[in-house]
Amino acid sequence: MQKILVACLLVWLAVAFQQKAFAQQTKEKELTVFAAASLNEAFKAIADAYESTNPSEKIAFNFAGSQQLVQQIAEGSPVDVFASANIKQMNEAVKSGRIDSASIRVFVRNRLVVVFPKENSAGIHSLRELSKSHLKIVLADKAVPVGQYALEFLEKCNRSAAFDSSFKQKVLDNVVSYEENVKVVLSKVMLDEADAGIVYTSDISMNAGERVGTLEIPEALNVIATYPIAVVRNAPLHEQAEKFVRYVVSDEGQNILGRFGFIPIK
Amino acid sequence: MKKMSNVPIKESGSLLRPRWQILLASLPLVLFLLIPLAGLILRVSPSNVMSTIMQPQVVQAIRLSVTTTVITVLLTLFFGTPVAYTLARKKFVGRTMLDALIDMPVVLPPSVAGVALLIAFGRRGFLSPLFGGLEIPFTETAVVLAQLFVASPFYIKSAAAGFASVNRELEHAAAVDGASRLQIFRTIILPLSLPAIVGGVVMTWARALGEFGATIIFAGNYPGRTQTMPLAIYIGFEIDLNIALVLALILLVISFFVLAVVKGILGQRLTVF
Repeated sequence: MQKILVACLLVWLAVAFQQKAFAQQTKEKELTVFAAASLNEAFKAIADAYESTNPSEKIAFNFAGSQQLVQQIAEGSPVDVFASANIKQMNEAVKSGRIDSASIRVFVRNRLVVVFPKENSAGIHSLRELSKSHLKIVLADKAVPVGQYALEFLEKCNRSAAFDSSFKQKVLDNVVSYEENVKVVLSKVMLDEADAGIVYTSDISMNAGERVGTLEIPEALNVIATYPIAVVRNAPLHEQAEKFVRYVVSDEGQNILGRFGFIPIK
Repeated sequence: MKKMSNVPIKESGSLLRPRWQILLASLPLVLFLLIPLAGLILRVSPSNVMSTIMQPQVVQAIRLSVTTTVITVLLTLFFGTPVAYTLARKKFVGRTMLDALIDMPVVLPPSVAGVALLIAFGRRGFLSPLFGGLEIPFTETAVVLAQLFVASPFYIKSAAAGFASVNRELEHAAAVDGASRLQIFRTIILPLSLPAIVGGVVMTWARALGEFGATIIFAGNYPGRTQTMPLAIYIGFEIDLNIALVLALILLVISFFVLAVVKGILGQRLTVF
């Protein structure tokens, strides 16, 4: 009997201690930023630059498909800033009541590009060849911003005189998997498990670009991805959040984004 | 006459019933398991279930999950039983290694298993040159392989424990009576280890049913072809919470039903699980 009581006491102590540790952690100035997967490298570089000029402030990231982040936000996850890869997911976040539409601003743009494995054993040399049979194409799920943009691009191709009106359908027939974020699409192409995929130009701007082949999408057919950012309503570190957002849209922030293949808004 | 210490006479007849302190101590974890499940059931409205269950994506996910898990279980039985038997009966050099190997898929994070499967069976995999270019990823086969990898160890371990627990004396007696090895296995070892075997099958089936990480990496996510229920729930969660909830509920109901039936047949032999 005594042993049971001691065990209960120990468990209670452990839980209480954990609570205290957690409380202390949130008191430290760690800004929580939820950002679209495509912003991974660029935002980390921005954080490095920001932290070097603001040594007392730290930034913690959660990178995932924007649709996944919105779900977490809607369910009450503690977060200060949300950067989405499309306006649709930002609106979903507004609908959940955690973001004021007034606090949203567009901070960068992006474009699509077709990638294929370096070996290119499927022999893809033009956009039109994406519809040829027995190809294995990987796209992001339509709930993911880049997946939605890819569908829009295919629609544009259908309406263009240079393509067959059934181009989009043929391409979709070639899709073997719908992934949860853009980085997984890129990985599967890099691993040569898929013959082609559609990702952002920012995804191929750094090392990854040397490990895959790319097919440019002409301006007329390409889709401009618009990235909004917003400080979350009642953010725990409101001032710091505002400061971070201001940095992202500043010349320095935009420069860094440009270096990583994004299209600055200025 | 020596008095039995620490056993009050009024309790001696009820040693099998747990004391209230034990019940109380059990309560936290039981509630912890019960409340989320109850919450899931309560959050879904019946009308929602009916309207969602008819959607083609939902039907596809259910069909795929059921088909692949059944195949996985059959393959596990066929290929896993010899392994279980080997582990249980023979003492040989490297037996510990085999034992540890069977433990690996359980210890490995599922996504790591997925990457490993891709490296082995992918287009650029080790085995690819042997087969003239494998086309396994992104197929239903890949789904089964992913499930087999992560779930078969449960059966193997359980069956091995079952086989090992059979009294050798019985086998010797049967051998003396002229029974062949196969007869001994069929008539003595198998029936006596049946609870362990069935328990192992259920655990394997359950693990296969819930498999996500290895599946989404190795087999990908395509409705009707590789989008099993866990994948559909995951993606559904990001689009339409209702679909996710209904699928989760269906998964819950199927699992509960199967477990209840199996346990009913086994007649509550709790020690096995």
